Amino acid sequence: MKELTIDMYVNGEPQSFSVLPNETLMETLRNHGYVEVKCGCEKGDCGACAVLLDGMAIDSCLTLTGTLKGRAVTTVAGLSSGSELHPVHKAYIERGASQCGYCTPGFVIATQSLLNEIPSPSDEDIRIGLSGNLCRCTGYTKIFDAVRQTAAELNEN
Amino acid sequence: MFNQFDLVVPRSLDEALAAMADANDEGATLALSGGTSVIIDMRARRIAPEKLISLGNVADFKWTQLHNGRVEIGGGTTISDVLYSSDMPNAAPSLFTAAQVFGGQMVRNAATIAGNICSGSPAADTVPPLLTLDADITLSSAEGDREVKLNDFYTGFKQDVRQPNEIVTRIGWDRLSDNACNLFYKLGLRKGDAITVTGVAVTLVVSDGICERARIALNSVAPIVKRATGAEQMLEGQPLTPELIEETARQAVTESSPIDDVRASAEYRRHAVFVLTRRLLNEAWARLQTGESA
Repeated sequence: MKELTIDMYVNGEPQSFSVLPNETLMETLRNHGYVEVKCGCEKGDCGACAVLLDGMAIDSCLTLTGTLKGRAVTTVAGLSSGSELHPVHKAYIERGASQCGYCTPGFVIATQSLLNEIPSPSDEDIRIGLSGNLCRCTGYTKIFDAVRQTAAELNEN
Repeated sequence: MFNQFDLVVPRSLDEALAAMADANDEGATLALSGGTSVIIDMRARRIAPEKLISLGNVADFKWTQLHNGRVEIGGGTTISDVLYSSDMPNAAPSLFTAAQVFGGQMVRNAATIAGNICSGSPAADTVPPLLTLDADITLSSAEGDREVKLNDFYTGFKQDVRQPNEIVTRIGWDRLSDNACNLFYKLGLRKGDAITVTGVAVTLVVSDGICERARIALNSVAPIVKRATGAEQMLEGQPLTPELIEETARQAVTESSPIDDVRASAEYRRHAVFVLTRRLLNEAWARLQTGESA
């Protein structure tokens, strides 16, 4: 296997990663300190590893870093800068939509990606949009509340 | 945790086809599309390719065209491209329904229709809709293109008519007329992010109460996704009645050959084929009588 040099963007910053062809984006990100990206099922069922790739949520455990030259990745920490909170972050906190927190980075990313496509989602849209994320704590009700709150807030502005 | 492989990331279709040129029957060179099937299969050690040709950065590979009553999509078109297209609810009602219940959001954003077809999975959810739309596909290699009807594509469990160096570059179908109804229902253990236990798609074209054309396709109940052609023939040329639809649904069951697995028993699946076929045909017929297609 030939080592590859991949120049890409993470949270707006240019990065250069040396990776083997069989390294996933989740591994690359976590190896370089982006530990907000969580490793769950590693087969596309749980959504804990979700990141935005050019604005659309994907499972980083199913994505090879070697395919991402020039692409832009955003993790849950990169939605806003510094200690500032993004409207999705804020809504999840205010609505108590996070308990143990392990699934939360993936849910926040999936929420943002859904709202990028459907700014005023119906409950059915939310159900379909978040069907790739599993949470074993909240029972989802508070997560749905957080998505509705974010949509309402973003549509006001 | 993965096997070792070389990775080629072509930027154009010509580059991609050139990279596929040395692929042979051994499966050492594989095309990688969204990765939501290939990566999982590699991690589970079901496959161990030596070279992956990633199609994710091929320029002009993600497109949708609607013209002259035809719908055409590119080899890189994703499930989400179908889901978020304002045209697809009308241009391919059953495919739109399949996109809603396909995996989860992140999988839909990455997975392509072409990749779902080529996975060869009996549970592939885009295939029953495309079979009921009489879809055709273009297989491309460095030597040229050829067109194949999707109905002639599969030859056995995870086997199809592709040469090892061919990839799917286009999928197309005729738009349905106003007197047609096209539906899909996926039965899974839960509504989202589930592998299909039994799926049924139907197309009914009806004029003056007579069925002009019928298509019934089933997934997860045979080694391949398949049409129930015997059941289709029972409907074509006949006046529709609840009794005929019930008989047709029974016929569809005889054309399935499900197995017991972790998700359901064969017996349950046979019953599901009957219930879902009957339900969808009745629903399609009812909608056509009220003048509400799709």
